[in-house]
Amino acid sequence: MRAPEPAFFELRNVRCAFGGLVAVDDLSFALEQNSIVALIGPNGAGKSTVFNLITGIYRATSGTVSFGGRSLAKLGTHQIAALGIARTFQNIRLFAFMSALDNVMTGRHARMQASLADSLLHTPRQRREERRVRERARELLRFVGLERSAGDDAHNLSYGSQRRLEIARALASSPTLLLLDEPAAGMNPREKDDLIALVERIRASGVTIVLVEHDMKLVMGLCERVTVLDQGRKIAEGTPAHVRADPRVIEAYLGASDP
Amino acid sequence: MKGRKPVRALRLGLLAAVLLVVPFADHNNAHVDFLANAGAFVLLALGLNIVVGFAGLLDLGYAAFFAIGSYSYAIFASQQFGLHVPFWIMLFVAAAIAALFGILLGAPTLRLRGDYLAIVTLGFGEIVPQTFLNLAQYTNGPNGIGSLDQPSLFGRPFGFSATPYYYVVLGLIALGIVAARNLQHSRLGRAWMAIREDELAARHMGINATTAKLSAFALGAAFSGVAGVAYAAKLDLVSPDQFGFNVSVLILSMLVLGGMGNVAGVIVGSLVLSFVNSFLLPQASNIAHTAGFTYLDFTNYRFMLYGVILVGMMLLRPAGLLPSAKRRAELEAALTDPALAAHEQTEYEGAHAR
Ligand SMILES: Nc1ncnc2c1ncn2[C@@H]1O[C@H](COP(=O)(O)OP(=O)(O)OP(=O)(O)O)[C@@H](O)[C@H]1O
Ligand SMILES: [Mg+2]
Repeated sequence: MRAPEPAFFELRNVRCAFGGLVAVDDLSFALEQNSIVALIGPNGAGKSTVFNLITGIYRATSGTVSFGGRSLAKLGTHQIAALGIARTFQNIRLFAFMSALDNVMTGRHARMQASLADSLLHTPRQRREERRVRERARELLRFVGLERSAGDDAHNLSYGSQRRLEIARALASSPTLLLLDEPAAGMNPREKDDLIALVERIRASGVTIVLVEHDMKLVMGLCERVTVLDQGRKIAEGTPAHVRADPRVIEAYLGASDP
Repeated sequence: MKGRKPVRALRLGLLAAVLLVVPFADHNNAHVDFLANAGAFVLLALGLNIVVGFAGLLDLGYAAFFAIGSYSYAIFASQQFGLHVPFWIMLFVAAAIAALFGILLGAPTLRLRGDYLAIVTLGFGEIVPQTFLNLAQYTNGPNGIGSLDQPSLFGRPFGFSATPYYYVVLGLIALGIVAARNLQHSRLGRAWMAIREDELAARHMGINATTAKLSAFALGAAFSGVAGVAYAAKLDLVSPDQFGFNVSVLILSMLVLGGMGNVAGVIVGSLVLSFVNSFLLPQASNIAHTAGFTYLDFTNYRFMLYGVILVGMMLLRPAGLLPSAKRRAELEAALTDPALAAHEQTEYEGAHAR
């Protein structure tokens, strides 16, 4: 008999408490490679905290987070990023005073080789790498529709463009797992349609995606599976249609002040 | 782009030619002497700019590394211990020693930001000269170490003219500029910038903030190690009083005046302040004396003047004489949109922001 393959990504019995406040409680879920799942729930349910647990910003009080069978417990955020997990932020966190191109090039950091000496001396291999990374960054800007803003400082871009730039920056590291925290927040309906198309293309390129999103239309349109959190606990899981009909989900949303 | 390259090369060549003939054209050794000293401070400013301008780590004790570089030369190239390591080798050795201390200082401060970092570096800046003062049996305490070895090139000692030092410092500055600019436009330079803008996001890019910051401290310190060797050899003496807090403030003022983060700006800033220090103030005092105001000595008001310059700059041209485009944008945003410029580096990402 063969040992079961480790899950592509797995959270097992994860709990995260801040003092008395339990933000995530006994949460388990697994992701299949190249799937796209949504993580939804009312405000304060613990969705962003789950992302922060995955990228090593927060540490689980108990339970394990593993990626490709490997525990992330002892790794720093930069090491986790280097393993191929990238994310965007609910409150956009671009490098505001760097150009869009530089933002994306910075996103490639983990995959670049240039050492301190290379950086200091601009060795031929450093130059080659810079050229390659710049080219790739331009491609990514094209991919998200920002090729004309390459030279603009990130803070000068429109809100929707900033969200797309964050996605391009995250993709620069060629991640296998992409965490999107409310990527449609603040977008108008047209931008949302573009975003759906964009996320689908990313998925088609083989990236596994977790989407935190309040916009149900977006969730229903994109995701084959949905996990619902309420007060840090998983209250439902399944297909969008199934979850939407679940009385506990309806109650969680109706009970919350801001559905 | 292509058409402008030759123009740039021409201008650079012209500048280099002028700088190279200065000692021949100007026979006043005092001027060359001034330029050699000012050049050492250009090196210091370039080094501090890596730490403060590029990586955004406020270092108020930078003169400590200047001291370490200078004392390295005094210890390894004088009668003090009978060691006579050649000047040219000491440039590398002192750079390495200073870099090591840069890492030692940096390591405990990594978790600190802004004000806290400034306070710890301030302490370090005080401790280092104090240590050289108190290790009197090795360093002669307040008297310092004198009669340092004269550098020599192809067997010819530098002698007491400032001219050879001028050329050495000029060469070092050229290397320093290339190094600083290379760093700025590289993987490491982008990492520094990213950390300066948003450390948490930077870490999500796979940037190891610890090593990036330590490399900034180490590289910045290496510059002042080199400057220390050149300065000590030229002065032929090191003593603890050369490296006080006022020196750290002076170098920082050079950055603020010229434009933090911008290599050209930093050079202009440091030259201007050196000029004010070594020419303007003494001259003003001389004039006052001949006019009968014998009690006036403007050199005593040096620090008041720095203060005035700093305050004036903040009010009139906060990004410096030659600001980097980035800094200017940051400052403009700070004036119009405090939220954007506050750089609140919350560890509290996304938590319930509404
Ligand atoms: N660092 C922290 N310290 C204290 N409490 C925290 C911290 N981070 C999150 N919390 C709390 O944990 C709970 C879950 O927050 P989280 O940001 O994960 O919610 P969310 O589901 O992302 O909500 P939203 O939809 O509003 O973004 C909230 O009550 C929040 O206040
Ligand atoms: Mg959230």
